Amino acid sequence: MTELQAERASETLSTPRIETRSFRSRYLDVLIALIAFAVLAALPLFFGSKALLDFVIRCSAFGLFATSLNLLVGYTGMISFGHGMFFGLGAYGFGLLMQRTGVPIPVAFVATLAITAVFAAIIGAICVRLKEIYFAFVTLAFQMLIHSTILTWASLTGGDQGLRGGIPRPAFLGIDLANHVHLYITSCALLVLGLLLMRQIAQSPFGYTLRMIRDNARRTSFIGIDVWRAKLTIFVLAALFASTGGMVMALFVSGAYPEFAYWTISGEGIFINMLGGVTTFLGPTVGTVLLLVLNDTVTRFTEYHGIVLGVVILFFAIGLRKGLMDYVLEWYAQRRGGPGERG
Amino acid sequence: MLDIRGLSKSFGGVKATDNVSLDFTDGSLTAVIGPNGAGKSTFFNLITGAFRPDSGQVLLNGVDLAGKAPSDIVRHGIGRAFQVASIFPSLTVQETMLAAVCADQRRSTVLHRRFPLAETRDRAEHAMELLGLANKRHRTAATLSHGDQKLLDIALALVLDPKVLLLDEPTAGMGTEERWRMIDKVRELWETQKITVVFIEHDMDIVFKIAPRIVVLCYGRILATGTPDAIRRNEAVIEAYLGTEEHAEAVP
Repeated sequence: MTELQAERASETLSTPRIETRSFRSRYLDVLIALIAFAVLAALPLFFGSKALLDFVIRCSAFGLFATSLNLLVGYTGMISFGHGMFFGLGAYGFGLLMQRTGVPIPVAFVATLAITAVFAAIIGAICVRLKEIYFAFVTLAFQMLIHSTILTWASLTGGDQGLRGGIPRPAFLGIDLANHVHLYITSCALLVLGLLLMRQIAQSPFGYTLRMIRDNARRTSFIGIDVWRAKLTIFVLAALFASTGGMVMALFVSGAYPEFAYWTISGEGIFINMLGGVTTFLGPTVGTVLLLVLNDTVTRFTEYHGIVLGVVILFFAIGLRKGLMDYVLEWYAQRRGGPGERG
Repeated sequence: MLDIRGLSKSFGGVKATDNVSLDFTDGSLTAVIGPNGAGKSTFFNLITGAFRPDSGQVLLNGVDLAGKAPSDIVRHGIGRAFQVASIFPSLTVQETMLAAVCADQRRSTVLHRRFPLAETRDRAEHAMELLGLANKRHRTAATLSHGDQKLLDIALALVLDPKVLLLDEPTAGMGTEERWRMIDKVRELWETQKITVVFIEHDMDIVFKIAPRIVVLCYGRILATGTPDAIRRNEAVIEAYLGTEEHAEAVP
């Protein structure tokens, strides 16, 4: 047997592995998610610190948001500078529904997702046709539009004061979100479930369609894929997860503020993705923890925390030229002596 | 049968394709030649929907595809490969094939299952075998050699089971030996797959040797069509194209 034949033979033998590997990984993901949730849920039993739980709740809100942004940025190659509008929309939509209609929380949750989907579909239909830089700018413009609307429509939104007076949090199904631990567990559940769903999107055939669009949109259309529709679909899906992040935030602060819809939220999303890395699924989650830790520690020592964060991002962007998780993955792949799996 | 009728396209006053009418019978192999700027690639771009024709029809088995979106036209059975290999750099050969089959089976928007789908396996496998890429299946496209990238590009078109395959300079950027290997591959695919193949080629030796039928384009118009012998003897072709090339070679 020649070397080539041997190589062919071993390839043929190894082919079925792909199926079983992906088959297993689906359940593996669920298993990892369950373990992660169990660990997070057990935290309050061991640490009484309210600050720690608050930290994890904020991580949930921003983790959902940043990971959903990565579906656009990392997987599809759509750099949105306005993704934060859906975070704001989630917070305001949910807050307003709870304050004004008094529907149960799950109903408000689903209704907010529906509202977000409508907004995302309309805004996406306009934006996704645009090329890179124009897409970035027009999404940013829509973000500013929504932010200005929130500021000026004071009778509905409370203007620059935000939604005050607290968001009513009636208990449902034995879950009382006014209770701090309940809120904490719910946030963790939403985070883990959201990540699991986004992971499924990323690893589905549709996820590979997104990767093809990122790599070569023109070629993607020449194998029979409607690129515009695929981009619009992921734009709406990503908006739903960002909106969920916004709702977690609204529940956490029991209100909604114009800053939630300001462009800086989108900026933070990009920032988190650069910190954590866009080539691994969990990069943005790690980035979220990094950013929040940085934020919380640096603000304690200096009022010039913007400068410190700027230096950190420069270190990642120019020094490492990649996010932390990208770096870890490469290091791991090198150690194993094989090519790394790209997300 | 692919039937082109009166296809025209201008770019700011320049007629890139000027009233071109051609038909390609099922299972035929045709070479398109012509000097640089003759409108060969534009011709392909009009057929595949990359550009919208100003006028004319692109009839595939009687259905007019002119002006439709590229994704639509591909679904009707016209596949193409590009002059500069157009591939997905970060995907492996195998992933590329599996994803392409997914697209052809209209499963590219499936969300609830994991990639790759079992039902895409055989076709992807078959295409990799055909193009001799099976032993490089786990390589990402970016790491392939130039020749293999061109093969992958063709595989991407072929895996969709097209009725008509348009190859825009399959041998572009290759050395002599590699050119012949590639063109043998093209001929082999044409013979085994029983599909209509149209290819653009600059190397006259190759064209005259393997193409039963040749189309000569010049300034967007058809200068001549016919068998290699007829083209070789065609005075208009000699004057406009073959002649000038000899002339150009004679000038130091």
